[in-house]
Amino acid sequence: MKVNINKCAGLVLALNLALVATSPNARADGEQYFPLQSYRIGPYAAGGSGFFGGFIDYLQYVNLKEGGVNNVKLTWSECETEYVVEKGVECYERLKHGLNGAPAAATNPLSVGIAYATLDRSTADKLPLITINHGRTDSTDGSVFPYIFPLQLNPYSEVSAIINYIGTESGGLEKLKGKKIVTLYHGSPYGKETNGILELLAKKYGFKLTLLEVPHPGNEQQSQWLNIRRIKPDWVILRGWGVMNPVALKTAQKTGFPADHIIGNIWSNSEDDAAPAGNAAKGFISITTHPSGTNFPVLQDIDKYVIKASKGNLEDAKRFGTVYYNLGVVNGILNVEAVRVAQEKYGKRPLTGEEVRWGFEHIHLDDKRLAELGALGLVQPLKLTCSDHEGGGAVRFQQWDGSKWNVISDWVQADRDLLRPIIEESSHKYAKEKGITPRDCSKES
Amino acid sequence: MSFFFEVLVGGLLAGVMYSLVAIGFVLIYKASGVFNFAQGSMVLFSALTFVSLLERSYPFWLAFVLTLLIMLVLAWVIERWVLRKLVNRSPITLFMATLGLSYIIEGLAQSLWGAQVHGLDLGINDEPFEVLGLLLSQFDLFASAVAGSLVIILSLFFNKTRTGIALRAVADDPLAALAVGINLQRLWLIVWGVAGFVGLVAGLLWGARLGVQFSLSLVVLKALPVLIIGGFTSITGCIVGGLIIGASEKLAEIFIGPYLGGGIENWFPYVLAMLFLLVRPAGLFGERQIERV
Repeated sequence: MKVNINKCAGLVLALNLALVATSPNARADGEQYFPLQSYRIGPYAAGGSGFFGGFIDYLQYVNLKEGGVNNVKLTWSECETEYVVEKGVECYERLKHGLNGAPAAATNPLSVGIAYATLDRSTADKLPLITINHGRTDSTDGSVFPYIFPLQLNPYSEVSAIINYIGTESGGLEKLKGKKIVTLYHGSPYGKETNGILELLAKKYGFKLTLLEVPHPGNEQQSQWLNIRRIKPDWVILRGWGVMNPVALKTAQKTGFPADHIIGNIWSNSEDDAAPAGNAAKGFISITTHPSGTNFPVLQDIDKYVIKASKGNLEDAKRFGTVYYNLGVVNGILNVEAVRVAQEKYGKRPLTGEEVRWGFEHIHLDDKRLAELGALGLVQPLKLTCSDHEGGGAVRFQQWDGSKWNVISDWVQADRDLLRPIIEESSHKYAKEKGITPRDCSKES
Repeated sequence: MSFFFEVLVGGLLAGVMYSLVAIGFVLIYKASGVFNFAQGSMVLFSALTFVSLLERSYPFWLAFVLTLLIMLVLAWVIERWVLRKLVNRSPITLFMATLGLSYIIEGLAQSLWGAQVHGLDLGINDEPFEVLGLLLSQFDLFASAVAGSLVIILSLFFNKTRTGIALRAVADDPLAALAVGINLQRLWLIVWGVAGFVGLVAGLLWGARLGVQFSLSLVVLKALPVLIIGGFTSITGCIVGGLIIGASEKLAEIFIGPYLGGGIENWFPYVLAMLFLLVRPAGLFGERQIERV
């Protein structure tokens, strides 16, 4: 068989060109890519479609109003994960190289399972992994987890802020002594993540803690709530997810526990968690990092430039301004801000994941900047650094009135000084196990 | 002691809700020998259709009738395009077909009606009232009454009507039933339609409790141990199995759970079902298969 050398050389050249075009370092003329491991079908589709709807609408808004970030257009594509870890990893591998030469900025899977599964890959690929309001608590320590960002609120901060709120409601943290608090948690690694810290807080403040597990998915909770009826707690912390939340509220009503003494965590705080419970949810309190509603300039602008122009991503326009949608918008604001900050250092061009990571680590949102973004009151003041990848650690409390959430508190801060040594202990243990040498953050610029 | 009875009664009432789903499985198994894995998806599809029509301002009765009609159309499509092609194939082939159907129906439900969570208010109070120191809910009692009525109606249907008896004949031997002139297609259409109706009733009751959302399709996981204990061919067995599962899982969670770290009520019913399988493989009320070898 004769081999045509010229043809072979041509083929090799073409292959090389194709590889160059799809490598993460190749840059298009002015496009920054966001790979979206979204979920719009399956058991958690309600959360996924709301969150990714808000995220995409914000990216669209930046393109339509400002022509992108310093004229670098934002682009994105979706890969359906159905909230399944294996599919999330497959999507990560498929999308991480960028789109048509536009480099990927960061991944945002909105799933603890997928985040855990892609944590090492993200670090190896130098691509930031954003786990807004969730994820692995010790990834707050950026010296060990340089590419992981549990933005705004990690799980430890979440429960610490709830206990601080209960303390305030009781007349001071010292009044917590002798109180009874039950935590009803989802039977999953996510649900169990805060049990240790709750036990520590119980010891510190002297309240009596009972931890009750609800097996996944949580569609039957009769025994847990009968137990709660027997314990007669002062407060119940609901650490739920999906169907577990409305069922908890309904069963609480059935067993006579008042909804206004149940505090939902960050994944028990949406309209989809309260509304299906009907009257049983009236008075239910939950935490939030961002209010629902549309009374923020950025949302009014999205309405004007995106929704009214029929370019919105939501199938049901009524979901505009809901908790999940607004979380997507907040996530969009933080991702885009990271790109903007990084462009100031690296130039106004599409950036690699490594460069965007620098941007995340230098986000500084004070009231002035939030007002410029039209997000004052929607996003909490946030300052991220090399060692602090959470940045905020504050929540507000909201109460369900039967049809919508109303904010009932100012920002309540977690006890971050108490939590930091615990986080560092855990992150350093991880570093030791994995053979990671932590970065010296004092030397990072 | 009163706490023990409170847990017991709560468990029995929860068990009735499991029975409602299990009845749908029994109907199809009894009539066609098919273990219909898609029953959970049918529960989801019917409830989602009903609540979506309700939200589009259809009156309750019309939404119910329209949903029932849609379930009948679904039954016809399944019979015409799936079951008819698989007559006399092995049970595992039919099972795999229903497994595929399950995913198709789930996907169809979300594509047609969206992925949002919907509240469903049937107008039945779910607040507690006390009887002899025990907390009871009007909603639970209503669900029990519905389940009881279904059992009576379906038992009469299977035992006293020509169609019911023909259905049992088809289940025993489809080819022999065909040979004596029984219209297999019509019967399968009827039984899938009735299973759709039962799915709708279960979907409404479960939907009122959980909210109408994807997780409705997962309630089948609670029905499986009920079927193993009650028997795959007995509607009465569904009720008895449901009561046993409901009561035992709640009592186990409260009184054994703390020694095992809690959260045992998901797997405890399966332990019980396994024990039943060892002692009584056909379940309490199931028909024993005797084959000549």
